[in-house]
Amino acid sequence: MSVSTVRARIRAVLKGTDYLQVDIDGLADDADLYAAGLSSHATVNLMLALEEAFDVELPDRLLRRRTFSSVYAMAEALAEIGVKEAA
Amino acid sequence: MTVADLHRAYRDELLAHGLLISMGVDGLYGRSGTFEAVVEGINRAVGAVGDADRPEVMRFPPGIGKWQLEQSGYLKSSPHLVGTVHSFTGSDSDHRAMLDTLAKGEDWTANQRTTEVALAPAACYGVYPAIGARGRLGAEGALVDCYTYCFRHEPSVDPARMQMFRQREHVRLGSEDQALAFREKWKARGQAIVSSFALPFEIDIANDPFFGRTGRLLAASQREESLKFELLVPIHATEHPTACVSFNYHRDLFGQAWKIETADGATAHTACVGFGVERITLALFKHHGLAVGRWPQKVRDVLGL
Repeated sequence: MSVSTVRARIRAVLKGTDYLQVDIDGLADDADLYAAGLSSHATVNLMLALEEAFDVELPDRLLRRRTFSSVYAMAEALAEIGVKEAA
Repeated sequence: MTVADLHRAYRDELLAHGLLISMGVDGLYGRSGTFEAVVEGINRAVGAVGDADRPEVMRFPPGIGKWQLEQSGYLKSSPHLVGTVHSFTGSDSDHRAMLDTLAKGEDWTANQRTTEVALAPAACYGVYPAIGARGRLGAEGALVDCYTYCFRHEPSVDPARMQMFRQREHVRLGSEDQALAFREKWKARGQAIVSSFALPFEIDIANDPFFGRTGRLLAASQREESLKFELLVPIHATEHPTACVSFNYHRDLFGQAWKIETADGATAHTACVGFGVERITLALFKHHGLAVGRWPQKVRDVLGL
């Protein structure tokens, strides 16, 4: 799975939700999602949706605000637990 | 002695002196007249400071609407602390069956159904929907003084961790600047008030005891953003001080939940300061002794005792 595909799938998780106050399509991979309206409760929903979409359980060390701060940050966190580009 | 031993020892001492009255359930106690006089003294001292800002006074019962609990987001963050009120809604035959079950010492609660009432998890939970229902805030925002019994399901032998306890709160609703300025003002006021009780304390960043893995994310975020501070007083042991006052900034969490808008149409930010009046009372008895008549005169003067 390529990193760009991972990012595309993260975007798909965000697409069509009300987690953000703007459409994810208008935001860059490194755009601050908290600045785009992501609330703490929406972060919880995002965490659960992300874990379901990738069939992973994020370890405690990644259960932090900055893990969900951008599409790029989520891809980095997923890469850290083995969801990364295939060889 | 473990911390649990210290908790039990202090609780036993309070029960033996009649300051607390056993109800056979950990965390649920009656209070003596002396205990209540101290609670009311603390309440007056907090009110005397807060009244300068002319807050609107709201007094809610210890129950909130179940719909209010649902809309507040509390079930998402702290389902393990929630208390809902149940009641019997069956027929005559259901009633007979229930009494038979009760007589056999078995679980008689099967026919209990949730009512429309939940127990207030914090004194301020009645305030946000009430303010939200009024429509857009004025430029000065809103300031509310509230006080009620709260419930949190966390049975413990620690007398400072009651299941039903009171919070005296002041709540600010308005812009981000207004909410943050309020919290800073009360951080100073809270320290002055507790100093006037001649109690040792420290202020520290804190997090709420949110539930589960999602709770770990919420707690980490709360700390990273310095949203919650606590004023901690050592009651049982210096290394395990007890939070007696909390200073909370909620960002726009309740503003969003209750569609509270500032004068310019933005989602309101909120902050609250909460005094745990029983905890402060327990700290006073611990530090100054169980006989109020022997407390330092200046402390008795402040508390009107």
